[in-house]
Amino acid sequence: MFLAEAASGVVPGTGGGVWFPPQNSTIAKDVDWLFFYVYWLSVIFFFIVIGSAAYFVMKYRHRGPNSPKADHTFTHSTALELIWTIIPCTFLVPMFYWGFTGYMDLRTPPAGAYEIRVTGMKWQWLFTYPNGVVIDKLLVPKGQAVKLTMTSEDVLHCVFIPVFRVKQDVVPGRYTNLWFNATEAGEFNLFCAEYCGTKHSDMHTTVLVVAPEDFAKMLEELDNKRPTETEAEWGKAQFAKFGCGQCHSIDGKTGIGPTFKIDAEHGFGSTRKLIDGKDQVMDENYVHESILNPLAKVRAGFAPVMPPYQGRAKDKHIKAIIEYMKTLK
Amino acid sequence: MSGHADSGKNYLNESHGIMSWLFTLDHKRIGIMYLIGVTTMFFMGGIFALLVRTELFTPGPTIMMHDTYNQMFTLHGAVMVFLVIIPSIPASLGNFFLPIMLGQKDVAFPKLNLASFHLWVVGAIFFLITLATGGLETGWTFYTPYSSTTTQSNVTSAVMGAFILGFSSIFTGLNFIVTVHKMRAPGMTWFKMPLFLWAIYGTAIIQVLATPVLGITLLMLIVETTMKIGIFDPKLGGDPVMFQHFFWFYSHPAVYIMILPAFGVISELFTTFSRKEVFGYKFIAVSSLAIAFLGFLVWGHHMFTSGQSKLASTIFSAITFTIAAPTAIKIFNWLTTMYKGDIRLNTPMWYALGFLELFGIGGLTGLFLSTMATDVHLHDTYFVVAHFHFVMVGSALFAFVGGIFYWWPKMFGVMYNDTLGKVGCFLAISGFNITFFPQFIAGTQGMPRRYFNYLPEFQIYHQISTVGAYMMLIAFLTIGYCLVSSLFSGKKAPMNPWGGATFEWQTPSPPPMHNFNYTPVHVGGPYDVHLYEYDEATGDWVKKPEPKKEETKEPVVAAK
Repeated sequence: MFLAEAASGVVPGTGGGVWFPPQNSTIAKDVDWLFFYVYWLSVIFFFIVIGSAAYFVMKYRHRGPNSPKADHTFTHSTALELIWTIIPCTFLVPMFYWGFTGYMDLRTPPAGAYEIRVTGMKWQWLFTYPNGVVIDKLLVPKGQAVKLTMTSEDVLHCVFIPVFRVKQDVVPGRYTNLWFNATEAGEFNLFCAEYCGTKHSDMHTTVLVVAPEDFAKMLEELDNKRPTETEAEWGKAQFAKFGCGQCHSIDGKTGIGPTFKIDAEHGFGSTRKLIDGKDQVMDENYVHESILNPLAKVRAGFAPVMPPYQGRAKDKHIKAIIEYMKTLK
Repeated sequence: MSGHADSGKNYLNESHGIMSWLFTLDHKRIGIMYLIGVTTMFFMGGIFALLVRTELFTPGPTIMMHDTYNQMFTLHGAVMVFLVIIPSIPASLGNFFLPIMLGQKDVAFPKLNLASFHLWVVGAIFFLITLATGGLETGWTFYTPYSSTTTQSNVTSAVMGAFILGFSSIFTGLNFIVTVHKMRAPGMTWFKMPLFLWAIYGTAIIQVLATPVLGITLLMLIVETTMKIGIFDPKLGGDPVMFQHFFWFYSHPAVYIMILPAFGVISELFTTFSRKEVFGYKFIAVSSLAIAFLGFLVWGHHMFTSGQSKLASTIFSAITFTIAAPTAIKIFNWLTTMYKGDIRLNTPMWYALGFLELFGIGGLTGLFLSTMATDVHLHDTYFVVAHFHFVMVGSALFAFVGGIFYWWPKMFGVMYNDTLGKVGCFLAISGFNITFFPQFIAGTQGMPRRYFNYLPEFQIYHQISTVGAYMMLIAFLTIGYCLVSSLFSGKKAPMNPWGGATFEWQTPSPPPMHNFNYTPVHVGGPYDVHLYEYDEATGDWVKKPEPKKEETKEPVVAAK
């Protein structure tokens, strides 16, 4: 499903080198610099080892009966052992140290960072903004530190944004966080990097980096239906976004709340008994009221536990959800 | 030391019938049964790997769907780790050669040895049951809460299998520790033991100390899954990150269970085929124990992005770097062993040289992952997949194959076609590099692991990988043909075809039931390979008469 998005011009590794995608956070260049420090040291050590092995094989290869015998007297040298222990160690100490300082930078969000809440669930990401807007892409302003406070609804997930060089597991039952400060506008990959079941590899979305002045407008826009979607399709996304499915099934099973699968007693258009004994038809007005103020008319047989969505769900979302509910035949 | 003390009877033809094998107490037959078992499982794990690689040839469905793919990579990992690499060298070659290299008739507890093999078979059967009853799709790491909540597969039977295999591993380790402590030949002090035994000894210590933790962890997982007692699942009040601590407390030392025996094999190969005592014997021996010890203190480096504390990550990173030192010591000592040697390039030596390339890359890429700031980007990407395949397959498994080629004449009494052996080795190492090197690049570019579907820009890396995987299939068929055909048409092997100086080369090929026709006594250094001379007529290496002084306490070949 994300392949179509990628084909439409998102993010291929353009601009990066053989080893990395482009750098797009304040921290990326430090990470890459350290990578190449380790890389060149490794290349040098590798060729010392392979080069001397090849040289020894060529020089000391057995060439028949007249080949010189092995010199069995040279079998140990504490000085050599110390040399080839200490020299590599002198390169390892800075490697550890820079790894440590870089890690502390990656893990310590600056004060005043813009906070976005992230929820991971099988197999979707939701991003909740301070103004209550919930979207399924990560929209961030360019040039400003952003802190993600993350948790999972079900199993382990992991936010991985290659161009920012950041990654953090998203753990159910606790909050983890990561931060970045994007340096270029554009659209970039966000992957789930912790195996989470069937559609782990489709748990992909994008990070949209926009100029700070466009941020508010863009956020509003992302919370609107896309022109390519039908109202019902967008409604399905809103249904998922607000987590309706956690209590209301669409397959006929009774959960914490009644199912929305349409039959004589359930779903859109059906008639139900309320706790005060009255009959109520499930029409547009009833759904609208029940989302914004669920305790007004509670269905008989269910506990009055649904939270009010007043202030979170707007009319446009509710309309779309109603369109979606109509399709649940 | 004259010729082949060959009465026609050896451990292979001493007794007949399937029962004489399945219930044998002979460590050699147990070793051979492990060899067959491990090879069979390797074949199975290899098929899973090929299915995974074939599926990844194109993004999206190629030959299977999500759920099947998830099962394939899980079973590939679980089978290869628990049933192939962990038992490979210690249980097969170790069982066969540890007592012989100590100059003994058997391990300390032959019945326990048989029991550990039987447990291995039971564990393997549990994995087959898992396959037949819904498979397994949790990843071989069984991370919670996914593994304790998934209903798609049979986690319990797989976990029971791993639990039972753990006991098999503990029994073998215990047996080896006691045998090495108590049953060395007269004259064989600790620092005269072959390095293979030092490595197996270090491995055994890890097996005995770390494996119980895996057992406990897996039991807790079963308790949580079946009785809903909250240990790891936050919905029940547990902590999923705790599972990772428990799991890696075993599974990181387990990496050294896999690689230490490989180091041991490689030490034997370099010294024998360089015709020179191994350089820096004591440093290699002690570094094995140092690695075994430090291996216990680094499990948290698998968890830099898990949410563990910054302080914990820092400590784990620092200790991880210390392992680089004893590892580098080994590499440089092997290299220096070749210096001024008289290098014989037979098939086993090709594996030893290939090991330098593969372990060089595998080891050095570990540095990128122990460096915390770079690990954050590389963790859970194909970079990690490539790194651990270079270490576990390129190094551990290829050293195992090298060891099989080295000891094959001893185990079965036949010589294989050396040229064909080299062809197989070359194909395997080339195929391996083609498969896994592109994955380093894919990983830095951001390709996450365990992905059924992927973005089109990663396709080129996946396709090269898949081609390499099929090359490895051809390589392993060549290797298999080379070895198996030698059983039917191979030349009879002499006692000492490579000029090794350790005890196993001083008894007929294959060895008699009780290993030696005399009581071996160790004289001289651990590796006096220079005392052996090649005899053109017999293809055997024979010991030169002692040049001077030393009272000739040479092993006496029993009169026939």
